[in-house]
Parts: sequence; structure tokens; C-alpha cells
Amino acid sequence: MALDKATVAHIASLARIRLAEAELEPLANELSRILDWVEQLNEAETSGVPPMASAAAARLPMRDDAVTDGGRREAILGNAPRAERGFFTVPKVVE
Amino acid sequence: MSDPALLALNLAEARDGLARKLFSARELTAAYNDAVAEAKPLNAYITPTPEHALAMADAADERLALGQALPLDGIPIAIKDLFCTKDILTTAGSHILDGFHPPYESTVTEKLWQAGAVMLGKTNLDEFAMGSSNTTSWYGPVENPWRKPGDNRPLVPGGSSGGSAAAIAARAALAATGTDTGGSIRQPASFCGIVGLKPTYGRCSRRGVVAYASSLDHPGPMGRTVRDVAIMLGAMAGHDPRDSTSAPVPVPDYEKALDGGIRGLRVGIPREYRVDGMPDEIEALWQQGVEWLRESGAEPVEISLPMTKYALPAYYIIALAEASSNLARYDGVRFGLRVDGDSLEEMYELTRAAGFGAEVRRRVLIGTYVLSAGYYDAYYLKAQRVRTLIARDFARAFERVDCILTPTSPSTAFAIGEKSGDPIEMYLNDVFTVPANLAGVPAISVPAGLSGDGLPLGLQIIGRAFDEETVLRAAEVVERAAQFRHLPGFVAGGRS
Repeated sequence: MALDKATVAHIASLARIRLAEAELEPLANELSRILDWVEQLNEAETSGVPPMASAAAARLPMRDDAVTDGGRREAILGNAPRAERGFFTVPKVVE
Repeated sequence: MSDPALLALNLAEARDGLARKLFSARELTAAYNDAVAEAKPLNAYITPTPEHALAMADAADERLALGQALPLDGIPIAIKDLFCTKDILTTAGSHILDGFHPPYESTVTEKLWQAGAVMLGKTNLDEFAMGSSNTTSWYGPVENPWRKPGDNRPLVPGGSSGGSAAAIAARAALAATGTDTGGSIRQPASFCGIVGLKPTYGRCSRRGVVAYASSLDHPGPMGRTVRDVAIMLGAMAGHDPRDSTSAPVPVPDYEKALDGGIRGLRVGIPREYRVDGMPDEIEALWQQGVEWLRESGAEPVEISLPMTKYALPAYYIIALAEASSNLARYDGVRFGLRVDGDSLEEMYELTRAAGFGAEVRRRVLIGTYVLSAGYYDAYYLKAQRVRTLIARDFARAFERVDCILTPTSPSTAFAIGEKSGDPIEMYLNDVFTVPANLAGVPAISVPAGLSGDGLPLGLQIIGRAFDEETVLRAAEVVERAAQFRHLPGFVAGGRS
């Protein structure tokens, strides 16, 4: 599977990672090589085989729907690069 | 006791020495704080915490004096910097977590402190645990304390738990935590001549461990001996309601499990693990391991794990898909690095471009691609189906055998920079370790010998889910037979 520069640029925008124009070509080559290598999976016969998402028990445990944590706003905001008046702050989204 | 004599004790010996009051937890911890400082050129620690360690040691000494010792009281250990430690810098080896001081403690470290252990510091790792050489850390590569005799090039410690492995091998920690997503405990253990155990998926809680690939991430212990690792696992394991994949099963006494012997144990030897290009000496050591187990009364059985060759590509699709999803949280809003932009979108993109290193970016991009519209079935679902077949391989094998013996890695430690040019060549390091992550079964690496050029080689024992006891018992037999007493070129306190 050969990826071209446009595809890499598209993936990078989906992944929210800014890439410089000069990075696209080498990355396209690297990613293509890795994808070529995983192509060998197509040799494996998997028709009728269910996908496995986890080695853990398939059913999630349940618990009472009760508040067990919280009230720690200051501790949580303490790690924010920017916080004001009890909120995380980001560049303006709505004009 | 002198510092070098204290540092030469293993965990079980140190525990017994503390109980017999031959030395205090403060003395032991002070010796280790000095060792951490002496080992600084290895770059094994990102954040040493010597003051914190002494305070914990003093608390342990009070309990020891009252005869109320906890299982790990006064034992100085290192914590891979992927475990959140309350109010102590936690980096995951990444620039993007700059300045992150978690407001809570991971379950596994909390259990270790409740057992009386002393934290020496946070150890270096590949960025977000993505690597097999500990060369992708924002905080620089870790050096293996081992060198090839007559060759002065610094070697990698393996990865991603390379800082933990190097610290233990250099006597700059008695034991350590690691995490293993594709071999990240076992491969560095093999490269550094120590013991590393990846427990069963669900045995040790993942809560508070920075996520790489959630269905494959396994926290586990690393130490100098199989017994030390058994003691550590006893403190780390157990059900945690705050990790929905944590298994609600009782934790046995792993140290006691070592007493059982292995007479009559059936040990599988998978023919698919004879890979092209594996050095003869690794093949020879593997055969030696078979003989050691046979001499102790085990019965070797040739088995087949036919899907082995597909484990690595399936692993990379699943791990990278999960990673791209898990790492979406690093957006410059709630913690860590932010690079300002004119819009929210631009802030995200600039933050993630600056915050992630080359290998992490590569993996997030591939993960994003294999999950994207039109490719999900061909890559991700296909890999998950192959994962089912790999798990079935193990299930079938464990109908006939009690555990499986293989080499841990197809190579010894290589020089820093030697393999960085080719991602796939680097990925091949994990060919023997990845299958156990996909199946979720326990596996250990135990040092078994030296290569021709004087570097440690490990053997791997894989067991049934939740049967760490058999894995540990068989590993101890290998350990005893191998008599691995070699020391690396550098150990804190000196080699004598």
C-alpha cells in the first residue's frame, strides 16, 4: 500500500499533527514501507473468525450508579497550561 | 554494612536483613540514593526522589522497630515514569507531558507504598513506551550498564522499560515496575541480565498508568531474581474496581509457589520460534534451557504455534490503532505542553507537532490511517481476527503443555543508534514477546547465559492465564541451573 503525500497530509490533519511540507515525502515512504510489511496478514485465512478486542472477560462489570469521586476542581485545573476562574481556557472558538 | 555490601544484596536478602536489624531502612535507602547519583551517566532516572525516599524509609523503620513490618518495608525500588505518582512529575518520556504532576496515585504504586516500599525515583523509558531500545525518550537515551568487552560503544538497555532494567542491573534500584505492551518488560530484562515478568492481562491494574495500547498494556515487576519478582508481584497484583479490565480473582502467595518443583511439568517447545537469522548461540542456549528443565524432571514437548509469524504485524496494527485513540487526549488543554495558535485547531496541531517525537508521530499517523474510513475492516478488523487465531494457538498448546520455553529476544543489546534507521528492523526485536501480549497470557524473561561477545541473554517462559505460579517456578529452575552470576561493566558501589 503506497501512501502519497496528499494522503499523509490528510492523515496528519485527522490526527491533529502539523507537518511541514518537507516532512511529507519521507513520512510517506516510511509509512508505506510499514504498511507493505503488515500486508502479510492477508495470507492468514480468517473467514468466519471473530475479531478479538481484548483478553479480558467480554462482559464489563457493573456497579451502582453513584458518585464516588469529584469535588477536586483545583487539583485538576492545577495541571492546565491556562486556566481562569475555574475553567480551562482555549483560543476563541465562537465569534 | 558498607554501601557496596548493601547494594550487593537482592530484594529477598535485603528484606531479611531489615527484619534481623542488620541495617536500617534509612541506611539501605541512603546507600541506594548514592547509587542513583553514581549511576547518573546511564540516564536511567528522569526524576530521582531522594528526600521522598528517606522519608518513606523513616516510616518503614518505625514499623520495623515496632515489629509491624509490611511485606516490602524499607525496600528501595524504582518506578517507570509511566505510572502516575501523586504530586511527583510524571512524563511518560514525552515533551508533551511537560510539568505534569498527577493529582492522584496509580493503583499499582499505591499498593507498593501500602506494602512499605520506598520510591527512589521515576525511571526513563521510550516515549509513551513506544520503542525497543529506550532511544525515543524526550529525556535522552538510557545506557545499558553492560558493555562488550573490548568495545567501548554504549549499548541500549532495550525498551521500553529500559531505565528500570538499567537501574536494577547497575544496582541503582533493588527492583522496579515496568510495563509491557509488546515486550517492554521482558526484552530489556534480557538485554540487561535481570528478571522481568509480564503478568496475565488483568492481574495488575492499569489505573493511573499512562495508556499506550489499552488491550495490550500490562504493568509488571522487574528484579534481580525470580524470587524478587515473585515478591514484587504479590504486592502489585489484585483486583481494582477502578480498572474495568482488572480481574476479580484471588492473588496467590507467589513466593511460596516457588517451593513446588517442576517434576512432571510438560514444557512446550514451539517450532515456529526458530526464526531465520537468529544467532546459533541463542538457539544453543534455548536447547540448554530445555535440558535444564528436563534434568529437573520436566518433560519437553514439541508444539506448534502456527500463527506466530503473523503476531508482529497484527500487533502493530492493533497497538497503533489503540495508541492513536489514547493519545488524542494530549491537546494542550488540560495538562502538559501547549503551543499557542490563532485558532483552537492550530493550537492542537502545533502542540502535538512539538510535543510528540518522531516515533510517536509515526505510530499515531499509522494508527489514524488504519482506523480511517475505508480501511478499518482491511487493517484493524483483520488484525483482530488474527489475534483470535493467535489466542487459539496458545489455548490449544495449553491443552498439552503447562508452560512454553522460548528465547526472549532474537538478539543481544545493540549499540545506541545502530538500528534507528529502519523502524521494521527495530520492531523485529519483539518477535518472541508480542504473542503473549496479544493472548494476554503471563510470560517471564530470566537471564540464562552470556553471548560470545559477553552480553546477557534471556530465556522466556510463557504460561496459562492467571498461572504466574508455574511460570515463576519454571523460571526459578532455569535461574538456578544457569547460575548467572555475571556483573555488568558498571555497577554502583564497584564490582568487587
